[in-house]
Amino acid sequence: MLAYILRRLLGLIPLLIGITVISFVVIKLAPGKPVILQYSLNPKISLEEIKRLEKLEGLDKPLFVQYGNWISNMARFNFGYSLSDGRPVKEKIFERIPITLCINLLSLLFVLLIAIPLGVRSALKQGSLFDTTITVLLFLLFAAPGFWLTLLLMQLLCIQLGWLPISGITSLDFEYFTWWQKIIDVGRHLILPVLVSGLGSLAGLARYMRGSMIEALNQPYIYAARAKGLPENKVLYKHALRNAVLPIVTMLGLSIPGLLGGSVIFESMFAIPGLGRLFYEAAMMRDSNVIMAEIVLVSILTMLGNLIADICYGYVDPRIRYAQK
Amino acid sequence: MIGSIIIAALSLMAAFAPILARHDPAMIDQSNLLMPPSPVHPLGTDGLGRDLAARICYGGRISLSIGLIAVGIATLIGLILGSIAGFYGGFIDSLLMRFVDIMLCFPTFYLILAVAALARPSIFNIMVIIGLTSWMGTARLIRGEILSLKEREFIQAERAIGASNSRIIIRHLIPNAIGPVIVNATLSIGGAILVESGLSFLGLGVQPPTPSWGNILIESKSTLGVAWWITVFPGMAILITILGFNFIAEGLKKKIG
Repeated sequence: MLAYILRRLLGLIPLLIGITVISFVVIKLAPGKPVILQYSLNPKISLEEIKRLEKLEGLDKPLFVQYGNWISNMARFNFGYSLSDGRPVKEKIFERIPITLCINLLSLLFVLLIAIPLGVRSALKQGSLFDTTITVLLFLLFAAPGFWLTLLLMQLLCIQLGWLPISGITSLDFEYFTWWQKIIDVGRHLILPVLVSGLGSLAGLARYMRGSMIEALNQPYIYAARAKGLPENKVLYKHALRNAVLPIVTMLGLSIPGLLGGSVIFESMFAIPGLGRLFYEAAMMRDSNVIMAEIVLVSILTMLGNLIADICYGYVDPRIRYAQK
Repeated sequence: MIGSIIIAALSLMAAFAPILARHDPAMIDQSNLLMPPSPVHPLGTDGLGRDLAARICYGGRISLSIGLIAVGIATLIGLILGSIAGFYGGFIDSLLMRFVDIMLCFPTFYLILAVAALARPSIFNIMVIIGLTSWMGTARLIRGEILSLKEREFIQAERAIGASNSRIIIRHLIPNAIGPVIVNATLSIGGAILVESGLSFLGLGVQPPTPSWGNILIESKSTLGVAWWITVFPGMAILITILGFNFIAEGLKKKIG
């Protein structure tokens, strides 16, 4: 097991290098000098001043050197200063990670808790009214644009029914709440973002779960288990479900980039100060330091997510551990 | 699922029927701001008095063409890279597959957002960017197919005749491997339309006054409780289109696989 994990970790290093190279190239290729922000409001700025600013940011050195500097800085967690407001990028990012991580993890949990039972139930009652309705609903959910559903839900739940708050993660008088009122408040604010964030993956996962469960139920060993006289729920949960869940684990890992990407839109819509919104604002302001740092960070998070998914998969399915050379 | 073909017809209608719209989608009509659906304006008007039905029809043209071309680019790149990797194998294969893994690790939406923000957001740019970030699935698919088809007799026969160039062999391999790729491509069109509408919704895609379904939804943000028609109709257009493509993909999957 340990060898498997080490092998996967080693495989991550070239991935990391590749990711940083591509991010670097993409940002450098974009037109418009990054120091424009600092002098665009000053029409009288001289050429020397521009050159001095560039030298300050280290932009006058050849590309390889810039890349090397960037990497060595990142290794020491020095992401430079934001070009839009001068604060260290590290601060800006780290103060927003908890919120985004929280919402995304809760989304994953939500998706898991709903998709798996739904898929299993659909598979067990194949062809029934329950199955067909759920399949149709999931199909619709899969095709609907997430942000549109958000708008509709916002209109329904927040404006017309007034059940849930429409933005932010805390209410206006948050500081005056008792500690458990605070928890309830944050919870209320989080319901809609978590729900909406998970909807896309929910549809895909539930359908996949259903297919996987149906396939597992048709296997010969289920036949054998029933012939052995095992009670039905043992057959279902101990044998069929365990095998059906395996591919879901990898799918979870693969849906992480989607979740993180979707968080850009949702955080903007709900005015939640998270990583996605930071990225959006940085993109609008052409703040390349923040953009680069975030792309690398989110890629690393994705890689970690895939790694964890792979490790779980290896733990749950012993065949995988020994299959790799 | 042959009913999928019906939906396909609907999608095609959206492409060619924008000429059916009675009003000019860019015409600002100050006397008719934010009107609910009526006989004159069948789907209502938006905040600047423009007819929503016309905007949705023309927006359909734009969104659909972006989706189609983006997926075209992605499929082309995927086909080329995947077939080279699958056919030559060995070092080139591992190199290309590493590249695919790297691209898969990227949060593609972030990348698209970054590039769309840093370069000028034109329709062409959007097509290219979405294409450049969605080729990975096709590449993997076709590599798998080619790997399994490589050792079949008809390929060995080609080699025996002395088919001049590997490229001629690829002209035999790809047509046989292209089944799943087409299914995947059809599904991706829906995905591409989704991404494009998301980009336009954030303001980094198609720029107003050119209508695009995501574009129209920007306004619905500020008129949430007031004008339900601006929210409902473009979203339903996106939903029905993507559903249509998904149905086609399901139908194709049953016929091919």
